[in-house]
Amino acid sequence: MVRKIRSKNAGPFWLTLDIFCFDVENFNLIHSQLKTNKVANLFQIHESKLKRFDIPDLNVIKFSFPRPRIQGKAIDTDMHGASYAALLEELEMN
Amino acid sequence: MLIYECVGPEVLLQVKILIQEYIKVFDAKTKILIPAGALGIPYDRDALARGLSENPDLIAIDGGSTDSGPYYLGTGRSKYSRNATKADWADLMAARTIANVPLVIGTAGTSGADSAVDWMLDITLEIARERGETLKIATLKSGQQKEKIITAFNKGAITPLEGAPNIDKTILDQCTNIVALAGIEQIQAALSSEADIIIAGRTTDTAIIAALPIARGCHKGAAWHGAKIAECGALATTNPNSGVILMSFDETGFTITPLAHDTSATPYTVSAHMLYENADPYILYEPGGWLDVRLAQYTAIDDISVRVEGSVWHETSNYTVKLEAARQAGFQTVSFVLVRDAHYCAHIHEWANALKASFEHKAQLNGLTETKLELRAIGRNATLGQLETNHSSDGEVGIMAIFTSLYQKQANEAAKMLNPDLLHLPLTPHEPMPTFAFPFSPPEMDRGPIFEFCLHHTMTLNDPMYAFRLQIIES
Repeated sequence: MVRKIRSKNAGPFWLTLDIFCFDVENFNLIHSQLKTNKVANLFQIHESKLKRFDIPDLNVIKFSFPRPRIQGKAIDTDMHGASYAALLEELEMN
Repeated sequence: MLIYECVGPEVLLQVKILIQEYIKVFDAKTKILIPAGALGIPYDRDALARGLSENPDLIAIDGGSTDSGPYYLGTGRSKYSRNATKADWADLMAARTIANVPLVIGTAGTSGADSAVDWMLDITLEIARERGETLKIATLKSGQQKEKIITAFNKGAITPLEGAPNIDKTILDQCTNIVALAGIEQIQAALSSEADIIIAGRTTDTAIIAALPIARGCHKGAAWHGAKIAECGALATTNPNSGVILMSFDETGFTITPLAHDTSATPYTVSAHMLYENADPYILYEPGGWLDVRLAQYTAIDDISVRVEGSVWHETSNYTVKLEAARQAGFQTVSFVLVRDAHYCAHIHEWANALKASFEHKAQLNGLTETKLELRAIGRNATLGQLETNHSSDGEVGIMAIFTSLYQKQANEAAKMLNPDLLHLPLTPHEPMPTFAFPFSPPEMDRGPIFEFCLHHTMTLNDPMYAFRLQIIES
């Protein structure tokens, strides 16, 4: 139902995920069904570290959180952070 | 002229202020032409020519960011090739000559480290020489002396931002480059030198665009907001790849107009751009204050342009700049092996564990325990690691073995030590010896030094220029 999910670095220490819902019905549905704790579990971070913005003007739901692995550190696997979106996309399909 | 010859500096300053007041009343409107999201990204050449015919007051382009990783700040080297950069920069220099306005690049040479500014200056002087062009060039350096940062840290003058890593004197001492992000004040100082070209080290992405409109008395909230919308070129329009946009700032707001024929800005594309690479979609922290766009109104004024008003700039009492740094974190060697055997593919994590156990045993015997091995199973979870939720598997897995050590030689030794296992290690002792696929000879590749970002902090300055250095060069 979601048209597009984007994830990206917000600087080396943060990740940000934008869920583009594209219309009001979709937005309202995801706004009510997507629980913050479910997203926190998905990224294995504490819910208190997850910033959530529900933006009705844009039909967008945004999550930002400290990067699970700091960008470019030896253990980092995704320099630009764009692949984290796939986790949320596949969560939506379940 | 007489005034300049006869009066002291105090009066001169007053004259300057009077001139600025005059500009404020009669001519705040400022047009900034942005050719692309960054130097090195393709843009529409015809659109740039149209932009020049709009009589812009300044051409601004971003030269880098942290997005490509810590290597570029760590080494102070550019991500892009010198030849490609020279070709793109020569085009923008030619555009500047036509427009006869300042050309400003921020975060030059990917990282904005001092050596990257020097690299960009060298390219600029070379182009000017080849064309026989006489230019006044200003460089703004953002590099910080390690010792001064350590002193500031000891005094408690370095403050962590949310999500910052822990730092101590040892970590700061391992930094190969520390930069402070310049804001509009430092760019305005460079502009006041009346340079044709400004090559700035690390700046905020927005400062090079917001500096001139604010100096001329445009609405501060609009200047910062417009600068944020414009810093990625045409990314805030329906065709992000078209590159060129014109930003018009005035006393009450800003207007964005893309210049390629196949794209338009809409209230949606413009307002949605605040989401991009921003942890908070409404607030943007900059040196000396913060921008709040919660009350911004986005209005389409024709088929391609959007007008924005209502953003608010809040000045802070302290003038703080953000710091970035990279430190060297050892050396790496990487080996690849491809596994096509169905049995091994089905048990790839067990095989990786067996490799790891063998490595640890051999490292003990060979005195290489300081070297760390990380195995990533490409085709399984090499992208997301333990966060991966998709456990489907196909008929092939690549194993990337990453050896990290304090010394390149040891990382390479460790990789060679594991070479026979990567090729032949059986899952259990009694099965026939397998042979996997090495894609190269040798399968090991030295990666050289590796770096990591280690500052996400701010530093308070008594004077905005205190941490920056401006130089004027006449070509």
